[in-house]
Amino acid sequence: MSDARSLTDIKRDLATGVRQMRARYPTSRSAIMPALELAQQKYGQVEGLTYQAVSELLDVPEIWVFEVASFYSLFDRSQTGRHHLRLCTNLSCMLRGSDALMQHLQNRLAIKSGETTSDGAFTLTDVECLGACEMAPVLMVDARYHGDLTTDKLDVLLASLAGQPTKEAT
Amino acid sequence: MSELVLLKNIDNPDASRIETYEKSGGYQGLRTVLRDYDPDQVIETVKSSNLRGRGGAGFPTGLKWSFVPKDNPLPRYLCCNADEGEPGTFKDRILMERDPHQLIEGMVIAAYAIGCKTAYLYIRGEYSVSIEHCQQAIDEAHALGYLGQNILNSGHSLDIHIHKGAGAYICGEETALLESIEGKRGQPKLKPPFPAVAGLYECPTVVNNVETLACLPHLFRRGEDWFSSIGPKDAPGPKLFGLSGHVRKPGLYELPMGMSLGEMLEVYGGGALNGAFKAAIPGGVSAPMFPSDLFDVKMDFGSLAAAGSMLGSAAVIGLDDTASIPVVARRITEFFNHESCGKCTPCREGLTWAAKILRRIEAGQGQVGDVEQLAMLCGGIFGKSFCALGDGAAWALGATIKHFRHEFDALIAPQTMVS
Repeated sequence: MSDARSLTDIKRDLATGVRQMRARYPTSRSAIMPALELAQQKYGQVEGLTYQAVSELLDVPEIWVFEVASFYSLFDRSQTGRHHLRLCTNLSCMLRGSDALMQHLQNRLAIKSGETTSDGAFTLTDVECLGACEMAPVLMVDARYHGDLTTDKLDVLLASLAGQPTKEAT
Repeated sequence: MSELVLLKNIDNPDASRIETYEKSGGYQGLRTVLRDYDPDQVIETVKSSNLRGRGGAGFPTGLKWSFVPKDNPLPRYLCCNADEGEPGTFKDRILMERDPHQLIEGMVIAAYAIGCKTAYLYIRGEYSVSIEHCQQAIDEAHALGYLGQNILNSGHSLDIHIHKGAGAYICGEETALLESIEGKRGQPKLKPPFPAVAGLYECPTVVNNVETLACLPHLFRRGEDWFSSIGPKDAPGPKLFGLSGHVRKPGLYELPMGMSLGEMLEVYGGGALNGAFKAAIPGGVSAPMFPSDLFDVKMDFGSLAAAGSMLGSAAVIGLDDTASIPVVARRITEFFNHESCGKCTPCREGLTWAAKILRRIEAGQGQVGDVEQLAMLCGGIFGKSFCALGDGAAWALGATIKHFRHEFDALIAPQTMVS
């Protein structure tokens, strides 16, 4: 999929957004993180050609772009599923049953944490504290939080995400 | 129950809108500051108010501002640290999502005090609702003349830009946060020089937490006497406490500092989820835990420090009878190991090693001497790592062994009897 996109395409896609981000800072380097985020929003991941495009648009060495992309965990350097499920397993969530939820998700999706389902629908990742401990256990689905989860609520959520009618809905 | 200040409008669904905020006295503090105070008087007032930072270290806010050199010709920067990530902590997220103008107004006041014209609000990338609501608040404040050029005809100008984090706990460390805004990996830098002297882009910089900045509008609208009347004299003001874990009523509570840990857990947290409390962590997982027989400790900066822990981010995590302390210790240590930036050896290698030992103990494969080995590692990390991440990790792990050694021994004992 990324093979079909050329460097020229990516630069054209990102040029306006990157220019706007660049204007917020006194140095080009500061705009690397926002530029990578724009790329990830657009393509679902960041990879080799993106680094080159960002490097050329900001006129910074490509290694600076890669350093950033490889340090921060929210940058996906490989293709993820249509929905990214990030389950918090840190202390407050663990005390309220996140281990059982992880087990349930792994069983239901037939993947391990860090993997993507074969149909490309879901990527599952265990993550550190999401900062929503008042509604532990918490799952981040794409950009949104879902709290106070139980295995039943997870099933409803998974069904709605997969675009299938839930038991409650039928 | 005392009056709510920071959480006064938190349940109002329109609290994030500027009209609601203004009706509630919002931006009056800023008007007062711009009309009646010169920048140095703002700094002096914050100093004498004894406002201490709410991010974790508890450093006096006015004193931090006073370190910005007056004669440095370079631009000054204000950075708000909204990279909330200390496990158990969610106060800044709720403030930004529900009532973000308190923060924006506080940033304008702080920027005026230190002579800053461009401020960055560093919000962790996972907080998408906070990012949306803060951006909306910034846009609204611009439209009404509280931000931008010549704010309220004062001659003071300020732009605030949101810089989104991308998943790195270490960026909550202030020098790492500045590195991250500069577009680099979030690795802490050696201090001194402190950010006040050479921070963002090597310019004088102040880094303040969300809740700290959100206190400022109230301080200037209602005055120092009112502010000093809340909580302990040496560190007064409104304070948020996040209760989570094994409590019946997890949530964000605004309470005067100085209440006992036990009262907080029983009265506000609603008691233990199962049975009774065994222990509690008072200020995020970096803060050493207390067993329940020490729950009389007062929840303020000085008392917690004297008792060998810290208020930290005031994230209180209850642990009841069903919690296994070695498992809790393993989870906390794995967190710090995962979030270690890798720059210094004690933290990077020490935590990897400690996590391995803890996993093996939990799996029933612990060996005689493992607990001593863990204690040795804590000693090798604490005070010897480059930044507070390693210190916090070692400090927290050390307390689990100090208070609950018998639980570690109980997991190790059967194994040693077989061999």
